[in-house]
Amino acid sequence: MRIDVNGEMQEVTGATVAAALAELGWGDAKVATALNGEFLPAAARDGQTLKDGDRLEVLAPMQGG
Amino acid sequence: MRDFYGVTLDSPLMLGTAQYPSPAVMEAAFRASGASVATVSLRRETGGGQAFWQMIKGLGVHVLPNTAGCYSAREAITTARMAREVFETNWIKLEVIGHADTLQPDPFGTLEAAEILTAEGFEVFPYMTEDQVLAQRLVDAGCRVLMPWGSPIGSGLGLNNRYGLKTLRAAFPDIPMVVDAGLGLPSHAADAMEMGFDAVLLNTAVAQAGDPAAMAEAFGLAARAGVLAAKADPMAPRDMAVPSTPVIGKAWL
Repeated sequence: MRIDVNGEMQEVTGATVAAALAELGWGDAKVATALNGEFLPAAARDGQTLKDGDRLEVLAPMQGG
Repeated sequence: MRDFYGVTLDSPLMLGTAQYPSPAVMEAAFRASGASVATVSLRRETGGGQAFWQMIKGLGVHVLPNTAGCYSAREAITTARMAREVFETNWIKLEVIGHADTLQPDPFGTLEAAEILTAEGFEVFPYMTEDQVLAQRLVDAGCRVLMPWGSPIGSGLGLNNRYGLKTLRAAFPDIPMVVDAGLGLPSHAADAMEMGFDAVLLNTAVAQAGDPAAMAEAFGLAARAGVLAAKADPMAPRDMAVPSTPVIGKAWL
């Protein structure tokens, strides 16, 4: 299926957010996720299924003022 | 001394982590400043986030995640929830921006987000103007720290409304307050601390200085000098001159 990951359309085969993250190389990374604009806690990624057109934000620690 | 949600800071300096020429320079600036808090953000992962986080952890300072760049309460709330999970802290520097040119905080969005976040157990550091009515509403919403601006973010103008800041400080003697944004020189930091504020938060003035580590050290010293001065009970200014050398005993020449 095709989902929007950080503003870019990507093809993923994983059925859940956890599977998609692993597929995209963020399996062990310190990241926070939001699905379709809502915070998705790490503990909920395994149980959260994805559908075509979903919007996934994957955020990491970054410089800030 | 006022504390920040139960945390007493070793230094009244809070330093941002953005805009440095390199990560090594940022690290040097932190070491030279003695800053006790580092502000950080969350952005789309493009590869550098993991190494950055390791470096921040190595600084051994308290981490204050921000919601920088959010223009609505909804956006800021979602960002705060994400930040709490990644940074493992209830602290959040709540920024809801109201205008792109001035980066002035949106008081209505800030209050709305503060109410929801404090109910969720966040320890909110709201970035705000020096408006006293807003301050009361934020305190009513559960904020136990306030962060009035000195002047617009990145402007380096210093304390733009000393009267407003002074009255705000006097109106909330029990609330820890951080002057955040707009400081350009160490004298601005000393000024804020002399006025009785509990900390200063800055980024651009250090990161964009020709020698960030030296400027960071200067800010650290200035903030500390301001604290000492405030504790030492400064004299009241007066309009007329008063001789300091004794008049009695002066020779008849």
